[in-house]
Amino acid sequence: MSEFKALIEAVTKGDISKAVAETQKAIDAGGFIQAIIDEGLIAAMDEVGDNFSKGTIFVPQMLRSAKTMQECMKLLEPLLKEGDTSSKGKVIIGTVKGDLHDIGKNLVAMMMEGAGFTVTDLGVDVSPEKFVQKAQEVEPDIVAISALLSTTMPAMPQTIEALQKAGIRDKVKVIIGGAPVTAKYAQEIKADSYGADAGSAVTEAKKLMGIS
Amino acid sequence: MIVVGEKINTSRKSIEEAVEKRDAAFILKVAREQAEAGANYIDVNAGTFLDREVDCLCWLVETVQSEVDLPLSLDSPNHRALSEAIKCHKGEPMINSISLEEDRFQSLLPVVTSQPCSVVALCMGKTAMPATVEERVEVGSELIQKLTDHGMPLEKIYVDPLVQPVSVDTGMGMAALGAINGIMREFPGVNTICGLSNISFGLPLRHLINRNFLSLAISYGLSAAILDPTDKQIMATLLSIEMLLGKDEYCGSFIDAYQSGRITG
Repeated sequence: MSEFKALIEAVTKGDISKAVAETQKAIDAGGFIQAIIDEGLIAAMDEVGDNFSKGTIFVPQMLRSAKTMQECMKLLEPLLKEGDTSSKGKVIIGTVKGDLHDIGKNLVAMMMEGAGFTVTDLGVDVSPEKFVQKAQEVEPDIVAISALLSTTMPAMPQTIEALQKAGIRDKVKVIIGGAPVTAKYAQEIKADSYGADAGSAVTEAKKLMGIS
Repeated sequence: MIVVGEKINTSRKSIEEAVEKRDAAFILKVAREQAEAGANYIDVNAGTFLDREVDCLCWLVETVQSEVDLPLSLDSPNHRALSEAIKCHKGEPMINSISLEEDRFQSLLPVVTSQPCSVVALCMGKTAMPATVEERVEVGSELIQKLTDHGMPLEKIYVDPLVQPVSVDTGMGMAALGAINGIMREFPGVNTICGLSNISFGLPLRHLINRNFLSLAISYGLSAAILDPTDKQIMATLLSIEMLLGKDEYCGSFIDAYQSGRITG
């Protein structure tokens, strides 16, 4: 059993004060900071993501766990040394041009962070040019694109095309999602993957990175 | 209470297949069921067909109106689809929807003001979703102002307060309810409308939450709802709440729906 059993339990339950106390305990015991993050917090959020995908827990519970993890990270981050972070990968995420919906996108961003990805959230109404510019700047492993309207979905292939034109399409993996988006559509527009919900978006992102 | 029947939407698998196969009999069956259950408008949405949406939407309008004598709610965020579908429609449709988003407003304004119709005015801001009651009322007021300035009668405007999930922010129930109340007070005669399923996204027992939200929304002044009128529980909620609020003389509509088997507890 993991030495972080109590921490994991507190994070999955979303018990902030307990989780923060457990984190402090682990720090005081001289544990490796990275191990507390990987084997404690991230392991807990993996469980949360799985349970959400399975439908055994619900959105508010997922939000609560993510908030709990963020509070724990506040203690851990200052203790991380330069080069100490073993991020699972870099993700830029945004809702396409002309679309102002952010709930799904925010849930995905949060769960990606929870899984150990470094996430840059570009917000809503993000033009293909903005995606390209940020991709050049951040050099992400994954570009995650969200759309909630059938009318704004065409901005997804436009964004992929813009990445192509900028010569960076083969340097990134593209994952898409949003209520009207389907796996079939992802194939049609040559995205690399499709996330049906926040939990499976993380699973897919890990597959894209060759980790599981 | 105006009921807009929501079932003819291609995001539902059976409807998508029927539209793909041009199965008029199936579409008519769903339309008739909703009409008999008490719908005042039949919503038609072909959004999943993307670049074929315009054709599919027009086919739906013509198919439904060939036998069902109700006006339709033409449902799309795509102004091009709405501009075309309104031409196929007989009588006064409901245009669902217009918002302050630049493209959408500019292209739909001439469409909705050039012929008799009702319009759903969605409280979506120019560049962001409104978060608070005040922001929703502000966006709603601006939409009402602009539409009436262009000759749209107040009573043909249905303001949608923009319902967002309480699972993500527990303030979202009151944000929508407060907006309904604010708009109905500020503009007597205007209508408010909303769908019910957004409120319960991410939660269990969604039907129960939707029904309770409907009863709260009606008590805050909601005058129209987009829902499944063949759902006997939701119609029972709607009719009983109206009755309890003193809007059903001799409890007639409620009893009538019960006696004809249209509602259940």
